[in-house]
Amino acid sequence: MTTISTPLPTTRQRIRTTLSRLWRPYRSVPLLGWLLAALVSVGLEQLVGLPLARTLGMSKIPALFGADVALSKPALIPGVVLFLSLIYILPIGIVARFTAPFTNKVAAKLVSYPLIITAVIHLLLIYAVLAIWCDISDYRVLVARLAMIAIILTLSLNVVNGYMGEFSCSHPGFMALGAYVASVFTLVLFVSENQFGEALLPPGLGPFIFPLTLILGGVVAAVGALLVAIPSFRTRGDYLAIISLAFMFIVKSMFENLEIVGGARGISNQPNYASLPVVFVWTVLAIWIINNFVRSTMGKALNAVRDGELAANAMTVDTRKTKMAAFLFAAFWAGVAGGLFAHVLRYINPDSFGIRKLAEVLAMVYFGGLNSVTGSIVGAVGLTLISEALRPLEIYKWIIIPMMLILIMIFRPTGLIAFTEFNVERLFHPKDKASEGAEDATA
Amino acid sequence: MPLLEVRNMTHYFGGLRAVNNYNLAVEPGQVRGLIGPNGAGKTTIFNLITGVYHPTEGKIFLEGENITKLETNQIADRGLGRTFQNLRLWRYLSVLDHVKMARYSKLTYGLTGAFFGTPKRVREEKATDALAMELLELVGIPHLADQIVTNLPYGAQRRVELARALATEPKVLFLDEPTAGMNPEELIQMMDIVRRVHREIGMAIFLIEHRMKVVMELCEMIQTLNFGEVIAEGTPEEIRNDPQVIEAYLGKEVVI
Repeated sequence: MTTISTPLPTTRQRIRTTLSRLWRPYRSVPLLGWLLAALVSVGLEQLVGLPLARTLGMSKIPALFGADVALSKPALIPGVVLFLSLIYILPIGIVARFTAPFTNKVAAKLVSYPLIITAVIHLLLIYAVLAIWCDISDYRVLVARLAMIAIILTLSLNVVNGYMGEFSCSHPGFMALGAYVASVFTLVLFVSENQFGEALLPPGLGPFIFPLTLILGGVVAAVGALLVAIPSFRTRGDYLAIISLAFMFIVKSMFENLEIVGGARGISNQPNYASLPVVFVWTVLAIWIINNFVRSTMGKALNAVRDGELAANAMTVDTRKTKMAAFLFAAFWAGVAGGLFAHVLRYINPDSFGIRKLAEVLAMVYFGGLNSVTGSIVGAVGLTLISEALRPLEIYKWIIIPMMLILIMIFRPTGLIAFTEFNVERLFHPKDKASEGAEDATA
Repeated sequence: MPLLEVRNMTHYFGGLRAVNNYNLAVEPGQVRGLIGPNGAGKTTIFNLITGVYHPTEGKIFLEGENITKLETNQIADRGLGRTFQNLRLWRYLSVLDHVKMARYSKLTYGLTGAFFGTPKRVREEKATDALAMELLELVGIPHLADQIVTNLPYGAQRRVELARALATEPKVLFLDEPTAGMNPEELIQMMDIVRRVHREIGMAIFLIEHRMKVVMELCEMIQTLNFGEVIAEGTPEEIRNDPQVIEAYLGKEVVI
């Protein structure tokens, strides 16, 4: 008698099939559905979070998804897990799944409107989720703003290191230029009683002039970039890395020795203009403009320059202009990020823009993924959250984060989400079968 | 006045004279060939005319304009499109993006359009999409438009290069060994495509080739190069029977 034996599934395969079975209904959840679910979840936290946390033995709502509590008081880990499940995982899972037919219908309707309306609705929802989540504590507001600034910075560095394929180290320098220029302007114009004397303009105007000071900071950073670009773009290879590294140190020691801006002590007491909505708007603007750029033929010319400069030239691409424009553009956004950074922390000194900052930004770019807007967002938010969450570990944090980077480099050498296009339009599309069919029919 | 004219071009790499007193006159719509043994300086001549190198001596004119000192991208924009002997495609770009990239200098939306996605940019990108698709159809690979080039078979990559060169709207199309590394079947397809392109667009073509079959069938005029010097110029028939050409290719007949 013969028997046909099928190999028993290994534990790993079994876990995989179970997971994919659990995940299947969520594949048809559109972005709108996830946002709605997140809104319910943060609302729930707002309403019952504190009593629940107290019942579970915590003194307050765990700030960053419980990592801080779990690491400093391991006895509370079961409580943290229960809290996370009850407040985040279960509500999001249930709401996202069971509202999917409804959210798909709404998404399908929204897609027929102009893109701008759909985008604004989604952005308002994202902002609502963020604002309610941040309402729990000031610490969350700070982390959220730092994460968003990190997004701007990472994206702008990705334009140079990812899309253009050069290795630039001067981003902290550009950031410092933006931070100091914006700080000096807001302090001189709107704040009395500091090293710059009396305010020149009524402080009430400040928040309205603030965007201009940020742009000015960005422009000054771009001028700095010009100084790096002129000598280093004559050749390819390591020259830009070396010159840009030198530039970073020059900027740092320049501010260390400029007594007018506080020297090594730095500048403090910047007005609190970079509130959550302001940083949010600037981040959205940066993502939108940078994504526009890298998806245009002008932006894709950067890829052509990276992967074959001779061929790019022979195909009418003005490679010198393209590289220059992209580099100055990246520096501009680094400058804007610096200006926001200065007004979030409300204290800067030259040390904030040194080699540590460089390592941080480079890590975000390579962790998230080269040549990818989505990757940069994931890398910036991910590393900011991880580095904040691991704070209780103190010095060990600096062992764990580099270890993670090494693992990423081993298993995904170009980063988590590399070489993808960030298609905003497709992001908003409904995800159920019916609308997919309709999409194919129209295409 | 010829469309493209090269006068007394000489080029040195250090002390090595790679090209010596080279002259060329390409008439509109003409198909010309450049043949010669390995290392004769054929690709160097292409690189000199398209501005990759600047000649040590001599002048190059396109439609009467002196283009000797211009940069590669400016020369390409004025109407010298080219392909490369060893494919020079861009690793992470799609086939469609390759063809669109060659429209770079014809796009007028500028950085403002690139940053803010103005209606002008949307319009121009859409028009460029359509034009690129037309060219892909002409070379017979419209179905591959969304593929990343590195995934394509060799013959298809060659066609991408050709479509990309065509997108620059060349007045003279430079083909550097368009059939290198192809099997006989791909070779015949490629020759058909070159003929079709020439018939439909009607630009002049200047090609380097190793395979006699290709040059003899396609070209009206052929130059033979050896050690950087033109040793023979004429119709395929004349070249075939030229003793100097036979010597350069096959060696001298030895009388025992």
